[in-house]
Amino acid sequence: MLELAWLIPLPPLAAVLAIALGIRRWPAASGWGTVLAVLASFALSVPVFLGALTGATIERTFSWLPVLPAPATGPAAALGVGFQVDPLTATMLIVVTSVSLLVQIFSLGYMHGDRGYSRYFAAMALFTTSMLGLVLANNLLAIYIFWELVGLCSYLLIGHWHERPEAAAAAKKAFIVTRLGDVGFLVGILLLFSATGTLEFSTLARMASSGQLHDPTLTAGVLLIFCGAVGKSAQFPLHVWLPDAMEGPSPVSALIHAATMVAAGVYLMARTFPLLEHSTTGLIVVATIGGFTALFAATMGLVSPDIKRVLAYSTVSQLGYMMLAIGAGAMSAGIFHLFNHAFFKALLFLGAGSVIHLVGTNDLFQMGGLRRWRPVAFLTMTVAALSLAGVFPLSGFWSKDEVLAAVATSSRLDEPVRSVLFLLGLITVFLTAFYMFRVVFLTFGGTYRGLAHDHPESPTMTVPLLILLVPTIGSGFWGAPMFGNSFGTFLEGHSVAGGMHLEIAFSSTAIAVAGIFLAWIMYGGGKVQPAAAMSARLRPIHTLLLNRYYMDHLYGWIIGRLVLGVGWFAARFDDLVVDGAVNGVGTAAVAAGVALRRAQSGQLQTYAWVLFAGVVALAALVALPLVIGGRG
Amino acid sequence: MPGAIPPIYPITLQHGLVFGAALFSVGLAGALTKRNAITVLMSIEVMLNGVIVTFVTFARHAEGTDLVGQVFGIFIMTVAAADAAVGLAIIIAVYRLRRSVQVDAASTLRG
Repeated sequence: MLELAWLIPLPPLAAVLAIALGIRRWPAASGWGTVLAVLASFALSVPVFLGALTGATIERTFSWLPVLPAPATGPAAALGVGFQVDPLTATMLIVVTSVSLLVQIFSLGYMHGDRGYSRYFAAMALFTTSMLGLVLANNLLAIYIFWELVGLCSYLLIGHWHERPEAAAAAKKAFIVTRLGDVGFLVGILLLFSATGTLEFSTLARMASSGQLHDPTLTAGVLLIFCGAVGKSAQFPLHVWLPDAMEGPSPVSALIHAATMVAAGVYLMARTFPLLEHSTTGLIVVATIGGFTALFAATMGLVSPDIKRVLAYSTVSQLGYMMLAIGAGAMSAGIFHLFNHAFFKALLFLGAGSVIHLVGTNDLFQMGGLRRWRPVAFLTMTVAALSLAGVFPLSGFWSKDEVLAAVATSSRLDEPVRSVLFLLGLITVFLTAFYMFRVVFLTFGGTYRGLAHDHPESPTMTVPLLILLVPTIGSGFWGAPMFGNSFGTFLEGHSVAGGMHLEIAFSSTAIAVAGIFLAWIMYGGGKVQPAAAMSARLRPIHTLLLNRYYMDHLYGWIIGRLVLGVGWFAARFDDLVVDGAVNGVGTAAVAAGVALRRAQSGQLQTYAWVLFAGVVALAALVALPLVIGGRG
Repeated sequence: MPGAIPPIYPITLQHGLVFGAALFSVGLAGALTKRNAITVLMSIEVMLNGVIVTFVTFARHAEGTDLVGQVFGIFIMTVAAADAAVGLAIIIAVYRLRRSVQVDAASTLRG
């Protein structure tokens, strides 16, 4: 069955082509066709996953392009195309196909009546295809190709409502900001290729462990690849695109945040972990960026009035956790968190979508009391928020705990760094619990503060929420230490050290509960006055957070200066040199005409004179050498 | 010896060429300076005759017995007859238009 894993991305691709070639005229067919295609991918992924669970792996490479040997190393190099299935890929396949499937089902109802219904599903299917291709690829070049396809699809989907200027701007921002990281990624690929002559992960990993690929090339390579992951996974300082990406439809956010776009960065770091683990500097950088991003993003989530933006900041923050775990040397903990996070974050976004679909606004302060109208969303989102906050025994508890334990006991990080990062993680737990329950209380608690009316909801929008509730509650047990952390064993191929860290578990849970309690004091029952008083007292900090640390302003200022400066020169160059040349040609022609028209006297005999002079000149030209030569 | 036949002065190549060049120059001077279109046309005919003389002279003194030069002369005469006809027709047309055969009067194509 593993032999057929390469078939998994094909059904959604077929759906894309079918929609593009004509199905788009029938929106319902486009929607259901996409759902069926993703269902087919899911159905193919399950046996592959079960096969991988029994320990089977596969890697197939077909040679594609021979490349001239790198001058430095000499070995004949070749680019291959291929796929591989190992525990990491198998896990990602399940996450991507299942979350994508549920999101597409949800979209059937959510996007109903949208003008771009078919276009939406085509882009979603292409998104799924790209992500599946990305996790199946067995070399860096193939990953890069799918990586860019994922970026393209996110652009298309964030800008789905492109007639709104904010959506168009957000799409461009997402594309351009992630592209900044991708430049580093590409340079890293080229660097590794020129040093080793191969791009296959298995070969690179072997070279790294045998010392054939060593510092400084190794560290430079992994850090450059990390640049790509920073962009894609919205880590500091390239996190600015993700909150703006909320301009897209809510199911798109669910897909981007859970299974596809941002997961790609974490997946890439996990995939290149065999290289990363040999670079101490690389590990420290990844862990530090991750830990800092986790806290940094969480603080911005505290004040945002937009329900989806809070969720976006929480995603950035949780991605920081994953990077932190990978940087601490615990790749399986990072992927475990990715795995659990995918389900409960998809659930949160779909629940938010359900609520937004009802009230028609993202503003938390125009919601409230929605538990009566959307009981399913209320129930599922509360459980998901508890899971995200890390409350026992939901899935988020297990993975977050594993991340924290991995950081606290990391053998790869030195003492001050380790403690600081652990502390950052604990603070983030508190903030996470607080902002998630701020959302829950403001959305569902108290009484309704807006103007919308209840209207019934399509079952396609509630069933995915209920299905996602199952992994939100249960998926954590797969990696629970008390059951031997079979997830970590599965992923890393050997038993992962470390049992239950009760003191960490208790303290983080206590901190999370404290965060929830603070949220209840400030926002419980849907009241907003205590929070308003609080923010008034902490006006400067509140303003700073609300303006996202002025990072967007800073970037805007820098880019404005840079672009306008370069643009000014370019404009001058264009005006003076380029236009000057173009206009100069015209002016020269006119001047030549003015000068030459004097010769056109209309006098026949003048022409005859000129003719005669010309003949004499020609004759002289012909005769003179003869005369001189004859004499000589 | 008295009464002897004076020596024959043959017409040499130089004689013919100088004569041809002189005819050509006279024609050219007329064509370039005269304002009357008919005079200009006649001057051009004189130039053509200068050319014919040159051709025939060369043909006479060239080695071999072929008549290429002479035939060329006849051709030029034929063509000259044709261009005289065309030239006169043009002059008549210009005269009808402008009541004048002065060449400097016809300067509509001035730039």
